[in-house]
Amino acid sequence: MKGLPVLSLLLWMCAVFFVGIYLFVGGFLLVRLEVNRTSTCGDVLEPGEEPVDFCRAQPRFRKVVLLIIDALKIDFARYDPDKTAPRPYENKLPVLEETVSSRPLQSRLYPFRADPPTTTMQRIKGFTTGSLPTFVDVGNNFASSAILEDNLIHQFGQAGKRVVFMGDDTWESLFPKKFYRSLPFPSFNVKDLHTVDNGILQHLYNTMVGDDWDVLVAHFLGVDHCGHRFGPDHPAMADKLTQMDGVIRSVIDRLQNDTLLVVMGDHGMTDTGDHGGESQKETDAAIFLYSPSPMFHGPPSQNEPDVVPQTDLVPTLALLLGVPIPYSNVGQVLLPLFPPHEQTEGAVGGLSQLEALWINTKQVNRFLETYSGMAKDIPPESLSRLKSEFALLSSEFLSTVREGRSPSPQLASSLQAYLTSVRDTCRATWARFNPLKMAAGLAILAFACLMCFILSELSLVLIRENGPLLKAPVVVSLTVGVSVAAAQLLIRGYIEVMWCLAAAAFSSELLFLWPPKRVSWLTLHHLLVPSLLFPLLRCASLLSDSYVIAEGRVVTFLVLSLALCIPIHLNWDGLLLPPSHDPLKSAGLLPAPALSPSAVRKESSTLLACLGILVGSLYLSLSFHGCREEQGSCQPSSFLSPLSRLQDNQLKNLHYVLAVISLGLWTYLLRCFLCHYGNLNSSGGTVFTARWILPLLSVCLGLHWAVSATPEDSFRNLAELIHLAQLALPRVAFCLLGLGLFLIWLDPLTVFVKTRTQASAKSLTLPTPRYRASIGISPQAELHHLIPQIYQRMRRSLDDGDLSGANEVDNRPAVEAYGLGTVYSAPLLLFSGLLGIGLLLLHPEGMALSFLLLLLETGALLHIHASSTTLSGLHGKYSGGFNVPWTPVVLWSLAATQFFHATGHLPTFPSIQWGAAFVGFPEGHTGTILPASLVTLNTFASHILFAVSCPLLLFWPLVCEVRGSRGRACGDDGEDAVMEMRLRENPQLFSSALLQLSTRYLLIHGAQVFASVCAAAILRRHLMVWKVFAPKLMFEASGFLVSSVFLLIGVTLVLRVDVAVGQWFKRLIPDVSR
Amino acid sequence: MWDHEIRAMASTHAIIAASVFMATVLPAVLLPGFSVYGTHLLWLYSVSAAVTAVSVAVFWLLGITPPAKKHTLGYKLSRLLRSCLYFFLSCLFFHTVVVLYGAPLIESALETFSLAVLLTSLTTLRCLCVLGPNVQAWIRVFSRHGAMSVWDTCLQITVACTLVGAWVGAFPIPLDWDRPWQVWPVSCSLGSLFGYLTGLVAAPAWIHYHRKQLTYKCK
Ligand SMILES: [Zn+2]
Ligand SMILES: [Zn+2]
Repeated sequence: MKGLPVLSLLLWMCAVFFVGIYLFVGGFLLVRLEVNRTSTCGDVLEPGEEPVDFCRAQPRFRKVVLLIIDALKIDFARYDPDKTAPRPYENKLPVLEETVSSRPLQSRLYPFRADPPTTTMQRIKGFTTGSLPTFVDVGNNFASSAILEDNLIHQFGQAGKRVVFMGDDTWESLFPKKFYRSLPFPSFNVKDLHTVDNGILQHLYNTMVGDDWDVLVAHFLGVDHCGHRFGPDHPAMADKLTQMDGVIRSVIDRLQNDTLLVVMGDHGMTDTGDHGGESQKETDAAIFLYSPSPMFHGPPSQNEPDVVPQTDLVPTLALLLGVPIPYSNVGQVLLPLFPPHEQTEGAVGGLSQLEALWINTKQVNRFLETYSGMAKDIPPESLSRLKSEFALLSSEFLSTVREGRSPSPQLASSLQAYLTSVRDTCRATWARFNPLKMAAGLAILAFACLMCFILSELSLVLIRENGPLLKAPVVVSLTVGVSVAAAQLLIRGYIEVMWCLAAAAFSSELLFLWPPKRVSWLTLHHLLVPSLLFPLLRCASLLSDSYVIAEGRVVTFLVLSLALCIPIHLNWDGLLLPPSHDPLKSAGLLPAPALSPSAVRKESSTLLACLGILVGSLYLSLSFHGCREEQGSCQPSSFLSPLSRLQDNQLKNLHYVLAVISLGLWTYLLRCFLCHYGNLNSSGGTVFTARWILPLLSVCLGLHWAVSATPEDSFRNLAELIHLAQLALPRVAFCLLGLGLFLIWLDPLTVFVKTRTQASAKSLTLPTPRYRASIGISPQAELHHLIPQIYQRMRRSLDDGDLSGANEVDNRPAVEAYGLGTVYSAPLLLFSGLLGIGLLLLHPEGMALSFLLLLLETGALLHIHASSTTLSGLHGKYSGGFNVPWTPVVLWSLAATQFFHATGHLPTFPSIQWGAAFVGFPEGHTGTILPASLVTLNTFASHILFAVSCPLLLFWPLVCEVRGSRGRACGDDGEDAVMEMRLRENPQLFSSALLQLSTRYLLIHGAQVFASVCAAAILRRHLMVWKVFAPKLMFEASGFLVSSVFLLIGVTLVLRVDVAVGQWFKRLIPDVSR
Repeated sequence: MWDHEIRAMASTHAIIAASVFMATVLPAVLLPGFSVYGTHLLWLYSVSAAVTAVSVAVFWLLGITPPAKKHTLGYKLSRLLRSCLYFFLSCLFFHTVVVLYGAPLIESALETFSLAVLLTSLTTLRCLCVLGPNVQAWIRVFSRHGAMSVWDTCLQITVACTLVGAWVGAFPIPLDWDRPWQVWPVSCSLGSLFGYLTGLVAAPAWIHYHRKQLTYKCK
């Protein structure tokens, strides 16, 4: 068979998908590294030679009240008395305008511009750290959402200020244990407009009057929830804003002289009340500053900023309250709040404008240096420009201070310009979706799906064509990629690899699709197969957050429905029941049955029994699901916690026994299959693995569970031994696994050959026995899988030219081979079985049950597929070839997703099982590659198993073939169970079927990736985008990556076996013909 | 060719649909506090009972029900008993299937069982009426060449529509819209009933438009 074209086509297909995903994710998921350093009071930031501890200095304000009104848009805060018919959201906050006009030295109202993504969590991060948080802030806190970067709350705590918080419970998860006192209220239910606000109002005024606080943070959610529920243009919004107006008034009345009040929105909202994107309606919130004592130095003037960026709040608050500016801040101080240089003497405490700017500049420069040392995503040329600018400014400033002369007004504005350009550089890197990249990624993915579909439909033609199928696209894509790179180098001076890859992938896709005749071969009805409705439904479900949240159950529902369709469809075609014997009915309407009614009945009952097993394991698998935080009343499966955490000893023992039994069954079933088909007789590497390594591995795993579940205090004298076992057992298991997989790869043949040369003299006179009686090996194997004819046939085809007829006279088998019938499936099955045990090692013990269900379900699926193929074959519906229809492939890939959930995983970051990284490495790791790959293996265990074993779908109907059923289709004497040797007879059909199967499997997963990419692109303003859709996209994309890699491994293993079988035949011939 | 039968079928279906309508409207008028969502189970049983009673009466009057082979009272009685048994078994079957599809096992068992009763009275009852208590015949009918009369084809269509309706009815349950009809099992029973009504309309229409292609082997 032609392995190379199959493999190269698949590789190319995967590569195109990868490029599409890479491109989209590059434009959509902005990534930033977290700098885990904190500023301290000892930082030398102030001008002058000797270090000054500026926390000691008298701050401008002692206290601050931070009222955050979620989604307080600037339009809500403005007041226009001339409006005769204001909209429900207009003119509802008159207090702001009244205060600003009556007390201009004490208050200001500015538009407050947030950076995208404008979601509440990212914004809270933004205006406490002063940086530009992206969706993925790569730090070491992937598992929890707590902020580890330096932030205002941390600095307040360090300075001994008591931070009291009330409101949206997001804060509690971002700053766990950082508050002096906190009153969080649940923020999840968007329909609930009042719980959070009323909760705050119950405590706000009492707290303010009391004296046990320095910083008071109150986060109101009512306005935002009102927007999500009704939109801004609704009477409910008017009520809510009026309520807020009252709140602000009461707070102003209770303020003391040394207290600053900040009223602000974290983001705006669109006309439909949503937010998350980067349109001006979403980014422009309002900020209102007020103090009972004058803090501005004149009425609003021309120098005032038009818009205050959100990050600017951080350094301003820090310096006004006398704490160090958080380390990663890129905002700049709000100058109007600081006295100009000349008036410093008169003001009470605090820094002058220039000093504040200088401290700010030094801090930003320090951050920039640290960051550019860690990450390379800021373009180098702008980095060097900023550096030289800072050097210039710093020398100018220091000389000014040293000489004691009053600084030139240009200095302040150039410091400001420096800060602005730093922020713009950072924003360009971190805070902007790249719609071009997103669109290009989408297009490439869409074309890749189309291409995958065409490949799967035309696999036979493509394999037969044998032309320069792949050469042209590859050559063209290479040329285009290189020329784009050259053009970039010429025009811009550097290469962006992403675009080169995009150009290459896109051109190869176009070239593949170019001769339109290829596309026109496909008629629409190819796509309208009923079983394709299910992947379509699945893809559609990815566009709704509710369905993504309920994904585990949704997929189970779909699998069950599709599985039930199989017998219904068979019955509709009249294939499920043996044709009735009523002479009136069957007269000539149906072709004469190829098999006796009893055989049909047997197949049907196998099918129904397997369906029962499938349904049972589907139902049981539901009890292994974990819970998302969005699923309120959900209880995670008790099997998900490791044994060592269980308190009840009896329960612990029960769990352990169950786990060991399932592990034993897993091993036993695998060996049973191999033994049944006579694959355990020879002495190759694979057989060695099956005989010794497989049981040893399970014993290892069982011991490991036992050891890790022992309570630490029960066997004190054995503590060292237990510790050693905890370390050694998993490592031994890893080694065994590696050895087993390697041996399978090295010597995948499981055929036992018995030459009958000595016996030939005797048997010359005897009639040729078709099946010899048992001689010592397994009688079952003898019965089923003695394949004498096959050798004859192979020899005939191989010897066609030179040895023609020489041995043909002797029409008697000269060689008997055991296990030849399952020569392809046995190593593949063993490979996936071993891999399954290895993956189980990375899971909590209770998951052994779920893995057993997985094995049962795959077995049931395979048998259902085989039986339905046989049943359709019986009635002359057999089409020739080994093509696997859509239904089993769809079931296979849906089952992969189903067991992703049934092994306790969820597409959310907090649910990643980090414990997997410490299996065998209880002390932790030094690098990141090993733990990352262990966690990946754990997370995508079911994707891996289903992808590797995907080619089994092709082999199983042959393994289970009923003698004689396919005979007529294949032509000559088909009386023996030839099984998988049929594949060798038809290498072309084999390769095309393998290609088709893999492309179909890829297509279904690829379509899911495409759907989740669409969901992320279309719904990037959705409330749930960062909670549901973006994580789903990441998991779907990585699942696709892992699946495709392991699918390729499975296909390669099949090709490896094919090569080995070819060599084996070649070796046999000279032996015998001698 | 079968104009007469199609007309009979259409009028039968009209009567059944009217009974469903009456089963919804009459209690709403007579009983205070009756509503489809609020007292869903009551409505469900009233519809089931109406459909059962009317179908049995109409099919018996029309004489579609396969004639008893023997005319002894004992045979008729045993037939009736078997029919009742099959009805109950079918309820259990549907209950199991619905639970396997993900309905809560214990919490709302009564709701689930009520849905099973509704499904049974919409599908199995019709099989009982048209084919008699004969499971083999039921399985045979749902194949391409299995229909042996206009009524068999009609049975295929209505049963398929009902089941698909119930299946589609499960789709809105996970959505977070908080509507009264998303409560289990309202959407599914509404879906199956809408499917059934669609089937009642679609079956005569489909048969009417395909009457040229339809050929039946003799009974
Ligand atoms: Zn918000
Ligand atoms: Zn919101």
